[in-house]
Amino acid sequence: MKVVATRPQSLTNAKFHYCPGCTHGIIHRLIAECIDELDQRENSIGICPVGCAVLAYEYFNLDMLEAAHGRAPAIATGIKRILPDRCVFTYQGDGDLASIGMGEIVHASARGEKISVIFVNNTLYGMTGGQMAPTTLIGQVTTTSPYGRTVEQAGYPIKMAELLAQNEGSAYIARTAVNTPANVVKTKKAIKKALQTQMNNKGFSMVEILSTCPTNWGLNPIDALKWLEENMIPNYPLGEFKVKEE
Amino acid sequence: MKGNEAVAEGAIRAGCKGFFGYPITPSSEIAEYMARKYPKIGGIFLQAESELAAINMVYGGAATGVRVMTASSGPGISLKQEGISFIAEAELPCLIVNISRGGPGLGGIQPAQSDYFQATRGGGHGDYHIIVLAPASVQEMMDFAIDAFELADKYRIPVMIMAEGTLGQMMEPVIPRKMVTEFVDKPWATTGCRGRQPNIINTLHLTPESLEKRNIHLFSKYAEIKAKESRAETFLLDDAELVVVAFGLMARVVKKAIMEVRRKGVKAGLIRPITLWPFPEEYIKRTIKTAKIFLSVEINMGQMLEDIKLVVNGEVPVDFYGRIGVNPNPEEIAEQLLRVAEREGI
Amino acid sequence: MAEEKQVLFAGFGGQGVLAMGKFLSHAALNTGKNVAWVPSYGAEMRGGTANCLVTIADEEISSPLTENPTMAVIMNRPSLDKFEDKIKKNGTLVVNSSLVNRLPERDDLKILEMPVNEIAEKLGNTRGANMILLGAYMEKTGVVDVEDALKYFDVIFADKKERIKQLNREAFMTGVQYARQNW
Repeated sequence: MKVVATRPQSLTNAKFHYCPGCTHGIIHRLIAECIDELDQRENSIGICPVGCAVLAYEYFNLDMLEAAHGRAPAIATGIKRILPDRCVFTYQGDGDLASIGMGEIVHASARGEKISVIFVNNTLYGMTGGQMAPTTLIGQVTTTSPYGRTVEQAGYPIKMAELLAQNEGSAYIARTAVNTPANVVKTKKAIKKALQTQMNNKGFSMVEILSTCPTNWGLNPIDALKWLEENMIPNYPLGEFKVKEE
Repeated sequence: MKGNEAVAEGAIRAGCKGFFGYPITPSSEIAEYMARKYPKIGGIFLQAESELAAINMVYGGAATGVRVMTASSGPGISLKQEGISFIAEAELPCLIVNISRGGPGLGGIQPAQSDYFQATRGGGHGDYHIIVLAPASVQEMMDFAIDAFELADKYRIPVMIMAEGTLGQMMEPVIPRKMVTEFVDKPWATTGCRGRQPNIINTLHLTPESLEKRNIHLFSKYAEIKAKESRAETFLLDDAELVVVAFGLMARVVKKAIMEVRRKGVKAGLIRPITLWPFPEEYIKRTIKTAKIFLSVEINMGQMLEDIKLVVNGEVPVDFYGRIGVNPNPEEIAEQLLRVAEREGI
Repeated sequence: MAEEKQVLFAGFGGQGVLAMGKFLSHAALNTGKNVAWVPSYGAEMRGGTANCLVTIADEEISSPLTENPTMAVIMNRPSLDKFEDKIKKNGTLVVNSSLVNRLPERDDLKILEMPVNEIAEKLGNTRGANMILLGAYMEKTGVVDVEDALKYFDVIFADKKERIKQLNREAFMTGVQYARQNW
């Protein structure tokens, strides 16, 4: 019998704790596959966030650190500056990266820090029970915007990919989604490109990945994928926002 | 050499390869010194966007097993506390320098010792300690930087050097220390898992059992540090009835005051804690029998005072003299010593 | 134990009073003394008053701080007002009379006056005023031997351009000459 698919080397055998229909698992696997394909497992150091992915250090079969909320890019900076030939990546959610960690991410990008950031945007705080995030859409109901997010009260959603693409230090910025097989393939390409951007010393790289949270959205997994397509993609257009050639 | 330069040079001589910091008076010369030196000797200097970022860069740098440091002052050290708590829990060795100024709030840039509680009680959230060294001269600023890194590596613990702003700013001659060339192995470092199992640096413990076990582990380490590393200097203590306790530059001022009042027949002596945590309890304990009174002299409203009282445990009176925003002069301290001596019949 | 000498330098920020103290410290250090230099620091650097305290001793210095220095070198009027009362009894007070329009009130002090700004202008080196007064002060008090100070001049100013070194030396010597002729 021919083996056509196997668990990536860069993942451990631990079972994911994520909710049914959550796309964190897919994204973990894509990262692991890219690291394997680039032969970087033994050369990589990953930093996990505070959020649903806080336990990601149990899933990646490589050197891992767990960061304080929002600080992963600063920790990655410390590591990368001391060990410039290592492949250093952070894995962050939207509360972690776009709210409490806004300072760290913007400056890591502005400095052209040679790290790769995997930014999982699911429009709310998942782990703490579905509170409003900076990425929550206008009108979206969360536990802290129970009548729907209003501009008057909470302003507008932050578009991180567009924001960071402005920085000279950003070498590769893309936004993808994992709602369809085609988009999953595109996401993997983007992650690989981000890691390659880092390994080629071009500068800062980030892939913003639109992801689902069926549990906190109150939808079944299929409807959640539909909701992502109908509501998130129009507000958060997919594509490459920055590709620095040299 | 300025005190700030001496502590920076000491760190370089200790093999410190990375400095991550944010400017704040009166500590900025440390960052400036590293910014000048490191590009020439292959170290990493990075001015962070915030104190939070700086301490987390230290977290990352220390996780690679390399000696790294940061420096700041009062308000900046407060901002760093989140990171210090994480670093203490993750058992990462590093150096944090606090060239302290007055508070609370923005306070002032004047010298102070009012961060004593913050430093000796851990400082951030959770149950932990860091080692705190208090130098009293520019020479010790250099010497303690080396001691700090040795202690940090030995016990896998963050070490703080805390000095009054005056000590950072003043100049004294310094005998340079030799470069440290031998370092302990750090098999726990996250450097990429080539040829070994992956390392994980983590501070999360979701079950009560593992969290309690972790805390007990940390505190057994602290007990060992307490037993082995408590340090103090004593001065004219043998026959002292008035025992002054003072740390940092303040202790030198007290020394001069003691010489002054000794000329007038007052039997005064000094205990100068060098490690503020662990507090050198034994030195106090040994003196309780001969002392008629302890006097804590600090540049704050009375913080170390509480540690002295805990050790003395009511056996003799403990008095306090403190100023805010200034290093009191020997003349002023001598006056206080005479006042206390007269009152206590010493 | 030989007594520690403590000298206060005070004036406006920008008059080079911290540099005066540093020069004296380095000169003393090079002659094998123990030295401590303590500045007033921070916001005071910005155009306000600045001062520094230099302690010189043969033995280890106990306290680098004092309320009552044995000597004070005063570059402006506010500094005289602030520090006159604090100088030790029978101490020495050196005053820049160009910017101090009153006489010291105490009669126990040894007072040395010099119109430093006028002399500096005459020399065509207004920024050298501090070095002029320092030269005069060191010549008169011998706190560090002038010959020793000159010997280490290049070491102390090692990071300065040749022209600046020359100007500083000239200013310093002008002060030394003034002290020899007038004090």
